[in-house]
Amino acid sequence: MYTMGIDVGSSSSKVVVLQDGVQVVAQAVVQAGTGSSGPGRALEQVRQFSGLTPEDMDFVLATGYGRTTLPMAQKQMSEITCHAKGVFFQEPSARTIIDIGGQDVKAISLDDRGNIRQFYMNDKCAAGTGRFLEVMSRVLEVDLEEMASYHFRSQSPASVSSTCTVFAESEVISLLSKGTPKEDIIAGVHFSVAAKACALAQRVGVRSEVVMCGGVAQNSGVADAIQRELGQRLLVTHDPQLTGALGAALLAYEEIMRKGKSA
Amino acid sequence: MSEKMPSQMKAKELLAYYQAKLDEEARQAKANGKLVCWSASVAPPEMCVAMDIAMVYPETHAAGIGARKGALDMLDVADRLGYSVDCCSYGRVNIGYMELLKEEAMSGKTPEALANSPAARVPLPDLVITCNNICNTLLKWYENLAAELNIPCIVIDVPFNHTMPVSEESKEYIADQFRNAISQLEVICGRPFDYEKFHQVRQQTQRSIAQWNRIAAMSQYKPSPLNGFDLFNYMALVVCARSRDYAEITFKKFADELEELYKQGGSAFKGAEQNRVTWEGIAVWPYLGQTFKALKNQGSIMTGSAYPNMWDLSYDAEDESLHSMAEAYTRTYINTCLENKVNVLLKIMEKGQCDGVLYHLNRSCKLMSFLNVETAELIQEKNGLPYVSFDGDQTDPRNFAPAQYETRVQALGEMMDQAQQTGQE
Ligand code: SF4
Repeated sequence: MYTMGIDVGSSSSKVVVLQDGVQVVAQAVVQAGTGSSGPGRALEQVRQFSGLTPEDMDFVLATGYGRTTLPMAQKQMSEITCHAKGVFFQEPSARTIIDIGGQDVKAISLDDRGNIRQFYMNDKCAAGTGRFLEVMSRVLEVDLEEMASYHFRSQSPASVSSTCTVFAESEVISLLSKGTPKEDIIAGVHFSVAAKACALAQRVGVRSEVVMCGGVAQNSGVADAIQRELGQRLLVTHDPQLTGALGAALLAYEEIMRKGKSA
Repeated sequence: MSEKMPSQMKAKELLAYYQAKLDEEARQAKANGKLVCWSASVAPPEMCVAMDIAMVYPETHAAGIGARKGALDMLDVADRLGYSVDCCSYGRVNIGYMELLKEEAMSGKTPEALANSPAARVPLPDLVITCNNICNTLLKWYENLAAELNIPCIVIDVPFNHTMPVSEESKEYIADQFRNAISQLEVICGRPFDYEKFHQVRQQTQRSIAQWNRIAAMSQYKPSPLNGFDLFNYMALVVCARSRDYAEITFKKFADELEELYKQGGSAFKGAEQNRVTWEGIAVWPYLGQTFKALKNQGSIMTGSAYPNMWDLSYDAEDESLHSMAEAYTRTYINTCLENKVNVLLKIMEKGQCDGVLYHLNRSCKLMSFLNVETAELIQEKNGLPYVSFDGDQTDPRNFAPAQYETRVQALGEMMDQAQQTGQE
């Protein structure tokens, strides 16, 4: 039995296909989100890799900001529930989740059965999100993928304290003009993202294990900054960008099981 | 206008009928040289109504403009005048509207933004009355109106209740504020105050409020015959006409209809009511339909909201010391300490048998919003209900994003489902 989870976010589209609710048989990530060719391309990648299409699925569940735009999905669920599900599946000891995506930062607290106890999200502000990092990467002329390696070379991280993305951008520009090494600025940017995420995590209550997911978790510099800010171990999910889609595929499987039970 | 008599109308028709009638009366009053007063929504209208002054309510008027998607034009005017987007959008919409009316009065030409506005036409005021029992924005806003138009401003100053119950000193102080307003009105109207009528108006107000409370009580039934969003609509009359029989007649009809629906086993919800939520804060008027539908689509009905309950202004109309009336006008939950606010909300959630809470972090309304983060945590400690909050604004559509709202509402729905499933296991 196959189920599919599609997570269409603000800047990327992710698909996971599960067999019998346990085994990932195909997955795809395309760096283009809702309203773009992203979802179609991600599905095409899955088809090329596995020969599987949404028609072959027993259930398709969508999540992310673009969740309502996918006609092949039988159900939509919020990314909060999907991320919680995906993380708990990979890491059953997870009790606190930090998820940083393109335009959202969330902290989710789980009980020992993986149920959501509480969650907090950023308000209408890009601070601490993937978008914030994108802006900084452009100003610094350093690719997003390279930011982590700069981070780990930093000797004394600069302070980037502004919450507002525009203010922080000016702060970074003035650091650059003062000749502050890029390593230190980038580490400073990562600490500023970490501060925002940790503040949310503290609001839900930090309990071990703390697990990070979402596209930004691919940047090990941010993960390092969060770990240091929290002062405790931080785990990162396997393929962190795919956690939401994985959760969606798992919830799709539960959906069939539930239906089976009630039928 | 329909030929139907009010006695033949349904509650919904009565609501529209009396709203239009109130606006028409204000326009007629202006045309006939009678006084028109613009009033804050929870300022006491009893004194003005006793002096036969036509009342207009800028907050309700602004909400109507917002709901009809006309807010941006008014906000533009306020923006140009230099009002920051951090100021309450009711105030900005109204100041924009006032400015356009003023321009029309001075030039004899109707500005385009006014001519094209979906706003109900209301006349400029001859005086304003405000009260800081729901916020202090209303002081500066009304002072500005008065200054711009060079008209009298009556202020009913109400101390904040740092502790509850309301102290005797506070009641006496507020009763004095009422008496002071009465002497101001005698000067403005140029005739002695009509105490006999004042007494009747207080009695009328209490009859209206009693019917309003009958409606609000209907959400305790399961399934609920009352959709909480309807209260947002009917609120227009508890604000604008509580001292007139218009409110009483309409609310009585609506309460009767709801009772009848309940007796017949009906519900406000088309489809199965799956869970019940409390909505804390003001509605998002420009997106009223969307905010309602996002909840409805997932089987959530709103059965609790403290906002409409602010007009539970029950008092003893026979109390000539006016202490009882003073108490009613100061105990509005946002004029009280956090502890009391939490208790008020807890009762509302309990009465509405709510399964979850939605907090509107309203950029306009600081007093309601800034406390919500703390309020939410305290409430969850007490009743354990899941909650989410969303960013929005009651009348500035630029401060609300439907997609963000929908994600949070859906997450709340999923948390409520999860709680139900866990409860069943
Ligand atoms: S919305 Fe809030 S700030 Fe604005 S007038 Fe009402 S109580 Fe005051």
